[in-house]
Amino acid sequence: MTAPTLSGPKLRSRFALWSRRDQPGLIRQFGLQILCLLVLFTVLFPIVWVVSLSLDPLNRSRPLGLNIIPPGATLEAYAQVLRQPTNNPITFLELTFNSLKIALGTSLISVGIGVSAAYAFSRLNFRGRQVLMIAILGVLMLPAVATLVPLFVLLNSVRVDLPIVGDFNLRQSLLGVGLAIVSGLLPFAIWNLKGYLDTIPRDLEEAAAVDGASVNQTFLQIILPLAVPALAVTAFLGFIAGWTEFYFTSTFLSGNVKDHTLALALNAMVGQFSSTPWSLFSAFAILFAVPPAIVYFIVQRWITSGLAIGGVKG
Amino acid sequence: MADAMVSKRTLMSRLVGSGRSSRIAYLYLVPAFLVMSIITIYPLAFQVWMSFTDMQLVHLNLRLGLTPDFVGLKNYVDVIASQLAIPNYNFVRIVIYNLWWAITNVAIHLVLGVGIALLLNVKGLRFRKFYRAMFILPVVIPPIIVATVWANMFDAQNGAINLLIAGLGRFLGMSPEVFHIDWLRQVQSPIDWLLPSWDGGPNLSLPLAFYAMLATNTWLGWPLNSVVATGALQSIPHELYEAAEIDGATSRQRFRHITLAYLRPAMIPYAIYGFVITFNLFFLSFFMSGGGPAGRTELLVTQAYRLANEQRVYGVAAAFAVIMFFILLAITLVANRLTKATQSYSL
Repeated sequence: MTAPTLSGPKLRSRFALWSRRDQPGLIRQFGLQILCLLVLFTVLFPIVWVVSLSLDPLNRSRPLGLNIIPPGATLEAYAQVLRQPTNNPITFLELTFNSLKIALGTSLISVGIGVSAAYAFSRLNFRGRQVLMIAILGVLMLPAVATLVPLFVLLNSVRVDLPIVGDFNLRQSLLGVGLAIVSGLLPFAIWNLKGYLDTIPRDLEEAAAVDGASVNQTFLQIILPLAVPALAVTAFLGFIAGWTEFYFTSTFLSGNVKDHTLALALNAMVGQFSSTPWSLFSAFAILFAVPPAIVYFIVQRWITSGLAIGGVKG
Repeated sequence: MADAMVSKRTLMSRLVGSGRSSRIAYLYLVPAFLVMSIITIYPLAFQVWMSFTDMQLVHLNLRLGLTPDFVGLKNYVDVIASQLAIPNYNFVRIVIYNLWWAITNVAIHLVLGVGIALLLNVKGLRFRKFYRAMFILPVVIPPIIVATVWANMFDAQNGAINLLIAGLGRFLGMSPEVFHIDWLRQVQSPIDWLLPSWDGGPNLSLPLAFYAMLATNTWLGWPLNSVVATGALQSIPHELYEAAEIDGATSRQRFRHITLAYLRPAMIPYAIYGFVITFNLFFLSFFMSGGGPAGRTELLVTQAYRLANEQRVYGVAAAFAVIMFFILLAITLVANRLTKATQSYSL
């Protein structure tokens, strides 16, 4: 086995660390470090605050002061959150499951349906292309809140008497919330994926066309495999949007506690900071934020490298 | 060789341009447009119809079977002239505050983002990779969590911010009782001359809650700007600086004519994108100040939510959303102009 060789520019930058003539002096380095540490302090302060709050015992409704590890530190807030975070009779696991259903369902459907439309916009020429693209952009421009009212009214009018479930109101269900989310997420997915497909060089498709490949074959065997990272990132951004969705869930699900999501439980907890122990809120916020944050941390280099140009509208 | 080129081109044009491919294109579009026409386009059209009616909660009860009355442009007039029977509602104030909120935030994000990117780009800085990894943390935390956590930190009694400045105050020999600042609810505005109101106009004075949310959104927003700026900085060819140095350019001239010149085309589109995101930033206003005190930190998005969710005046809410659409359209058009205007500077 040969030792890994460093390529040209990398090798040069390795050496540059030692051999550059304008290396900052000790005092300048010290000043720079102070500045960086100051920024680091502001970045970490809220995070450390929440983590240490979450370690407070439950019988202490508010913190004693600024402590990294509070006196009497315990994990009982986490245990309580996992049992039953709010006064509503629903466990953390059930809330998580509802959030997962919404986030996974909406992002997979949007990306799955969106990618074929994105392909048409990116590669095929057809009458009405401009008009349809402007229509999608127009919808994208609207924040989700601006579609809250018509979706509420329309989904509310779908009311059927089902044999087993009984009276079923589409508005007051996870399915209805999911439809409302897809309404905004699908245009986002189309636009985002189109932007990525536009950057894929056409050489491969031209070669395939020479070999007599049809449009379908080109799409399935060339474009889709190349678009996997974009599909993953778009699905992930959609997942985050669904995971923390608040407008539709809070407006639609009001009384239907068994369908409540993590975001709704969080809202219930902060509604009364006076009655909820802060340790309970903090433990909940950490359990809510950490899983997507870890994934985000890993994939953010692709997100910020221009792969996903627009954000998910909030 | 030439034959191959020609046939390749005709094959591509067969793929891209002809009537046959038009039919295939529509097939590819069918799933998305079936779904979108039912749950996106139709609701939006329905919203426009609703905006001309007096639809309210009673009309949702299907058993009563009441139909809303057509009221013409009344909802639009009421929304814009602030004639709604809602406490603290003032349309002009919301729009001006919303613009001010977005502009101030983006300006701060830009300056801090670029500044810290430059700091981390200094040659020979130790622990650079560690700092870069840490400084991305605010980006990965969902905004709803950021908003609720900072609402907690700005709590008047035991919030982290008051504890922190009380700690600093004790260091200077001040009693900690002084620092029970009610950041999110204090009515009095700390700086009078910033965003002054005019005679007969709405109360535009900025409450303490504005500064608290500005601080929160600064924490949330500068890191991504920094990432974008870092990307632009790393794309500057090193030879440019060397050439400028040989030509006798001062370090200030090099910064202005090389660094900033390269940063601008990357930062301006991102700043416009950030402007739209911040303009529609729901969570901070909703969870931190609740739009208060007296509605002075209400944004268009939070007001739209309240009209639908709290006041439940659906006809008015629909008109509000349509007006919001036109405001955002205007912003987008201006932003496009700006991007196009700045493209000529791009290198």
